[in-house]
Amino acid sequence: MTTETQGISHRHEMPDWVWYLSVLAAAVIWWLVYGQLIPLSEWVTSLFPVARDSHTGSAIAFFAYDVPKVLMLLTAIVFVTGVLRSWFSPEKTRAILAGKRQIWGYPMAALLGVLTPFCSCSSVPLFIGFVSAGIPLGVTFSFLIAGPMVGPVGLGLLYGLVGWKIATIYLVFGFTIATVSGYVLGRMRLERYLQDWVRALNAGPVGDLPEEKLTPIERIKIGLEQVREIVGKVWIWVLVGIAIGAAIHGYVPEAMMLKIMGGEAWWSVPSAVLIGVPMYTNAAGVIPIAEALLGKGAALGTTLAFMMSVIALSLPEMIILKQVLTLRLIAIFIAVVSLGILATGYLFNFLL
Amino acid sequence: MKSITIYGPGCKKCETTEAMVREAATRLGLRVDVEKVSDVKSIALAGVMSTPGIAVDGKLVHAGGLPETSKLEQWLSA
Repeated sequence: MTTETQGISHRHEMPDWVWYLSVLAAAVIWWLVYGQLIPLSEWVTSLFPVARDSHTGSAIAFFAYDVPKVLMLLTAIVFVTGVLRSWFSPEKTRAILAGKRQIWGYPMAALLGVLTPFCSCSSVPLFIGFVSAGIPLGVTFSFLIAGPMVGPVGLGLLYGLVGWKIATIYLVFGFTIATVSGYVLGRMRLERYLQDWVRALNAGPVGDLPEEKLTPIERIKIGLEQVREIVGKVWIWVLVGIAIGAAIHGYVPEAMMLKIMGGEAWWSVPSAVLIGVPMYTNAAGVIPIAEALLGKGAALGTTLAFMMSVIALSLPEMIILKQVLTLRLIAIFIAVVSLGILATGYLFNFLL
Repeated sequence: MKSITIYGPGCKKCETTEAMVREAATRLGLRVDVEKVSDVKSIALAGVMSTPGIAVDGKLVHAGGLPETSKLEQWLSA
């Protein structure tokens, strides 16, 4: 039986050094190409029969530069995070958080929310797994908010497209909102607004899986698999986002942008949130838009608020959570997180 | 005959996992009974936090992401 199994599962495995060498070679090629994107995009733009400084010309240049740039950044970031995340799992995270009932359970949950691999399709089992292991509701919320809000994809794109300063601001405030919202929600004693069947589960089962020891090559493979999966899924959103960004860049006059998204009008931040929440896209799609908005003079606070509400609060996610949370709890959840986002938006419009 | 349970709310990966299990069984010449559980409540109650999860004869062996073919064959033939 054993020999048979081995005969079947045998694949042409590359020796380890080939793997390491390939990753290194890919990194070098990536670096060389990335450095040549500006001349490359200018050349592509020059192929179109339009003047470079016309509306259409500058929109095309924006598109031709941003598409390869974003896709390359995305590939690199998703690969690196995929490898990093192979050290974490929802099971390990739950074990860590189950012991933390003190105040710093919240920042810890937010941090683990960023590092733990989970897809939104399993947020319900994950939610129940956490709550049934005795992790407080608020701590669970910190985890669930931080995951999408401070995702590596979003941060990496912000860093690449808008610069490290704004990426850092986003990181710090995204993290703070996740921590503080979780804390506030935890203090509100919302357990009674869970769906009845969830409340009925007290001490839930703990799935004990044997701990897996991964080899470095297996971690590389996980990274590659993540690239295939995530980049394969979001590239279309990236294209749409960049196309909208390019249109803004090429056609929207600055005066109009200042009027709508400038820091002067008090209603600019709340309307950015109101538009952002129902918008269904993801970090990869919204950041190119944010880049174009900022380039046209939109206020930082307003743009941050827009980005955060698109990324952190999504309707499909809420519909999934409806299975465990009552509408009332979902409404409170959205309200608390939105307030955090509003505060961040106003703070930056006020400071700058 | 082994009974295999696949836990997943119906995402693409869960379907792929089911196909992988059936393929592996055919390759090994084993007859298996594959059951799919897609109700989130039952998934959660089985202790699965990241889907797809796989249980063999009621014992959870895998959670989160596609299983590796070699491991799958190991579980099926164990």
